[in-house]
Amino acid sequence: MTRPEIRPEQRFKPIQRLLHWLMAICILAMLFIGVGMVSTIAPKYLTLVQIHKPLGIAILVLALIRLAVRARYGAPALPLDLPEPMKLAAELSHYALYGLMIAMPLIGWGMMSAAAYPVVLYPGWDLPPILPQSDRLHALLWDAHYYLAFAFFALILLHIAAALFHALVRRDGVFEAMAPIPSPTDALTSVQRPTPRMLRTHDR
Amino acid sequence: MPEPHRPSSFLSLAVIAAVVGAIAAAFAYTAGWFSPQRLTPDKLVAAFAPPTGPALGHRRNHAKGICFTGTFEANGAGTELSKALAFASGQYPVVGRFNLGTADPDAADATVRVRGLGLQITTPDGQVWRSAMIDPPFFPVSTPQAFYQLLLASGSKDPDAMKKFAAANPEFAKFGDWAGSAPWTGSYAEEPYNSLNSFVFIDKSGAERVVRWSLKPAAQPVTVSQDELKKRGPNFLEEDITQRVAVAPQRWTMVVQVAGPGDPTADPSKAWPADRRSVEVGTLTVAKIEPERDGPCRDLNFDPTILPAGIRTSDDPFPAARSSAYAKSYDLRTAEYKDYPHTEPGAAP
Repeated sequence: MTRPEIRPEQRFKPIQRLLHWLMAICILAMLFIGVGMVSTIAPKYLTLVQIHKPLGIAILVLALIRLAVRARYGAPALPLDLPEPMKLAAELSHYALYGLMIAMPLIGWGMMSAAAYPVVLYPGWDLPPILPQSDRLHALLWDAHYYLAFAFFALILLHIAAALFHALVRRDGVFEAMAPIPSPTDALTSVQRPTPRMLRTHDR
Repeated sequence: MPEPHRPSSFLSLAVIAAVVGAIAAAFAYTAGWFSPQRLTPDKLVAAFAPPTGPALGHRRNHAKGICFTGTFEANGAGTELSKALAFASGQYPVVGRFNLGTADPDAADATVRVRGLGLQITTPDGQVWRSAMIDPPFFPVSTPQAFYQLLLASGSKDPDAMKKFAAANPEFAKFGDWAGSAPWTGSYAEEPYNSLNSFVFIDKSGAERVVRWSLKPAAQPVTVSQDELKKRGPNFLEEDITQRVAVAPQRWTMVVQVAGPGDPTADPSKAWPADRRSVEVGTLTVAKIEPERDGPCRDLNFDPTILPAGIRTSDDPFPAARSSAYAKSYDLRTAEYKDYPHTEPGAAP
């Protein structure tokens, strides 16, 4: 993921921001539904499972679209004065987030296939199995789905903490780059702390 | 130019910690980590295990069973009730499993009161219908919570536990009467198998009806006392069904009963009046028996919520609870792959 040193925009494209926030809602909902459904035998268990499967496939599709959009438009450069370890953490965590967005639905789908469960997205709309029934594969994929879900959640917490750190403490424009709408403090921030890393602001 | 108001870094960090902490706490709450009273599938499944622990690699309940294959031949009458292709005139392949309601895969057949049948019907449109039925005419209790209490009471060291349970769950007395007085038979082929749980059938027009279904045996039931059965050896049911099917296919008629207004659709401990509309929708033919080890039913979870378009769950809370618990049982036994006796001992390598 090499970023050009100078980019014309400081913010992600509207389509990228839309995808980010839409997926943020979907993925957080997905993780909450996941831990909720495996902890109950109440009737809501079935409702949660019925949402979990199509939502997982929706996230997979959105992640693939998002990856293509990212390849097309790239991302704004990180601030030049961001310490190297933070830069590295940002890059690695984003690889991990993309990896999980794509891997988790596939692991879930594979796990259902390996258990010989039909993968019903909606009554009458089944996905084909992607693996043959296999106890060993099912156990492996089940463990992967379970533990990676917690890793995913931990990574999202870290992502939120880092985003807020950029927004509230560093105030370096990184949060604003992905903010759903330009925040009124954006202009203030750049007036207050003009630095070379604050690039052109024509889109504010 | 005056500094615009800016929260201190400390305050900012506190805000970040609060936001992250609140999301993590909500997650933990959703996962039930603050709710030790929540009835989880783990608890329900664990409650089936005998004091010596569960039989690793096996189903956590209905652990003893034998596989069959055959067909479901629909006569077309069910299309009035459900648009599921399984009811359109035709023959559809089935895989199933005769089983005993016990957590012990080695239980002697004569010691287990409840007998069951798991069934999977597959139609050419790729839709799958799974069902797990048992031979009592009604379920012992009204709610999954009561069922969990029943498991705890029956495994309890307190000699009064069952008495207390029966007092708190009056519907259980009826099941006790059935278990004590209903005739035993010497064959899986002579048993009826009942869904007990209600489901909703959706017809082509979208109209919905709440139903239960039963498989009525073609074989004439012959009463045999339990004492007599105990003399027949620990696996007499499996030997009997293997021999019968080797001689001739065994058949059951599937009968769908439609709930009347006000019938208790959410409580499987209450049978509906016998005069409710009943529709014979087809015939299950069991054509071949195979041992569970390496048999076609071994790897199937007969989750009763695996339904084709045209059938959905009703307000009966049991199918959801069963689905959740069956999935847990499946997850456990597949993870215990090595503990399951996959090949007959002494079989040629």
